[in-house]
Amino acid sequence: MGKKLLIHNDHVPNIHTLDVYRAHGGYASVEKALKTMTPEQVTEEVKKSGLRGRGGAGFPTGLKWSFLAKPEGVPRYLVCNADESEPGTFKDRYLMERHPHALIEGMITASYALGARNSYIYIRGEYFYVHRILEKAIKEAYAAGWLGENILGTNYSLDLHMQIGAGAYICGEETALLESLEGKRGNPRIKPPFPAIAGLWGCPTVVNNVETIAAVVPIVNNGGEEYAKIGVGKSTGTKLISASGHINKPGVYELELGLPVEEFIFSEEYCGGIRNGKKLKAVVAGGSSVPILPAELILKTAKGEPRLMTYESLGDGGFITGTMLGSGGFIVMDEDTSIVKNLYTFTRFYHHESCGQCSPCREGTGWMEKILQKFINGTANESDVDLLWDIQSKIEGKTICPLGEAAAWPVAAAIRHFKQEFIDIAKKKKFDDVSHYSRLNKNVVA
Amino acid sequence: MGSQVHGAQHFDKEKRKALHFGENAMIAAQEIVARYPADKKKSAVIPVLHIAQAEFGGWLSPEAMDYVAEFLKIKPVEVFEVASFYSMFNLKPVGKCTLEVCRTSSCWLCGAEDIVKYIEKKLNIKDGETTKDGMFTLKTVECLGSCGTAPMLQCGASFHENLTFEKVDSLIEKYKSEGRQRSYTDLDYQNTL
Repeated sequence: MGKKLLIHNDHVPNIHTLDVYRAHGGYASVEKALKTMTPEQVTEEVKKSGLRGRGGAGFPTGLKWSFLAKPEGVPRYLVCNADESEPGTFKDRYLMERHPHALIEGMITASYALGARNSYIYIRGEYFYVHRILEKAIKEAYAAGWLGENILGTNYSLDLHMQIGAGAYICGEETALLESLEGKRGNPRIKPPFPAIAGLWGCPTVVNNVETIAAVVPIVNNGGEEYAKIGVGKSTGTKLISASGHINKPGVYELELGLPVEEFIFSEEYCGGIRNGKKLKAVVAGGSSVPILPAELILKTAKGEPRLMTYESLGDGGFITGTMLGSGGFIVMDEDTSIVKNLYTFTRFYHHESCGQCSPCREGTGWMEKILQKFINGTANESDVDLLWDIQSKIEGKTICPLGEAAAWPVAAAIRHFKQEFIDIAKKKKFDDVSHYSRLNKNVVA
Repeated sequence: MGSQVHGAQHFDKEKRKALHFGENAMIAAQEIVARYPADKKKSAVIPVLHIAQAEFGGWLSPEAMDYVAEFLKIKPVEVFEVASFYSMFNLKPVGKCTLEVCRTSSCWLCGAEDIVKYIEKKLNIKDGETTKDGMFTLKTVECLGSCGTAPMLQCGASFHENLTFEKVDSLIEKYKSEGRQRSYTDLDYQNTL
């Protein structure tokens, strides 16, 4: 069993209530930070921990915090990014739904470190019921004095607010999120200035993912050095992985970074292997944006070393033979899956979610979707594979925000590793949907 | 207030005059507005639009958007440009219950297309259409963060997960017999996890 720091109390009944959470050691990090540490010391522990942003980019959290501008007389904000929308990712939902106080505790401790007096949790609109759970928990926290004026009798005060979205993947991009929080369309901003200088309402702002903020709790409780002992190299600590697709045990797992991918997919403790005795075909390891890898490359690197669940090992080989840990949205596909059709669902998604500001993304995603639709209809030509490649290569790096890359990478990787599937469809002029989801999923057999 | 910003939709002054938040909606909306600094009330537009959509029949008519603009003391165009950006806001009338079936990757891998086809056949409507009795709208949507419990659909505030045809049957039966509108802001959400 690996060490768990975030969802270790999963089995405790009513852990979502303040009393039970508190009885299991909850809010200790707030006591420790506010009573015995300066804000700078809290930031120092986060730096020492090696914690990297859990939303997908993997940027060192302590470093991000240290960029925050602190001009006199100007408010600073901490904004929690709970806009979890990357296909394959549902870990933040799990954490917030079952352990709402873990996020609230992290928000208080992190807000203290950053000197924020008003903090916001921006949650995607579809998670309205999770928003209710968090609102209820926040009320509990206020009533018990963990939020509001002079917390624990110190001179630190904090108000924590919820903000609901209304359906837009792009609002997971931090500047689009801030626009949305200001009551506007979710159009990403041109950077610089970065949010650390000019964020919410033009004030210095840190935007962190739900899991990142929750991880601050064990870091402060046990010390940054202890946290850094878990994991491998620069991949420290634990990570929530949301596993889905053709596996026996889909769900959210907390694992120590460094676990072999093979063990994660096939052991009973985690995914429990491929459903219905089928063979593994491919994995999207870190949410829809990261490159898909065929079975042989997800289990072992091109050098033949076992692939590990770390930022570095999953990235080994770059985009030629590697991928990314990303958000931890781990989508598993069995031997009968059509990679082309799966890619079509991704590309349709990105087309739907493009905000429309930048032409390469707005036009490119739609064009790619149309071409992939031709493959599904059986009307594509072999030259359409080259056309797809050409379009994706002209989106990457040419947009304000990374949605362009996120849309281009899956197309590039699917062609790189599964080109023959595209060519076969084009040659036969027919798409055989052998994905057999009906046969595979006993639930929906007619 | 200006009505031209609402595009092709007709703006009816009489309808607009008749619109008003009920007591509970008004309290909820005022509570939201109070969260922001005095000069930042525009930030309340998304949560208040959610309330308006639930309050005014499940969609945002030009009159409803105009009402929200006046409520927040911002320009109608500032409301319209937001309402038209986010996928959860309906700018056309919908049925009392919108069945939103997720179809992205993991859901597709686990049978979402079968669920869509089944509902289409059962309700005799296509994706995007509403039943003649105005009870159900079918809408395919992109990833709702329920990948591990696929296939799934959302209706109002509730997530219905690990769907089977039988589950779809009983859900439709239940909603039909209750006959009321389902909104994202409903308090009686059902959580199947």
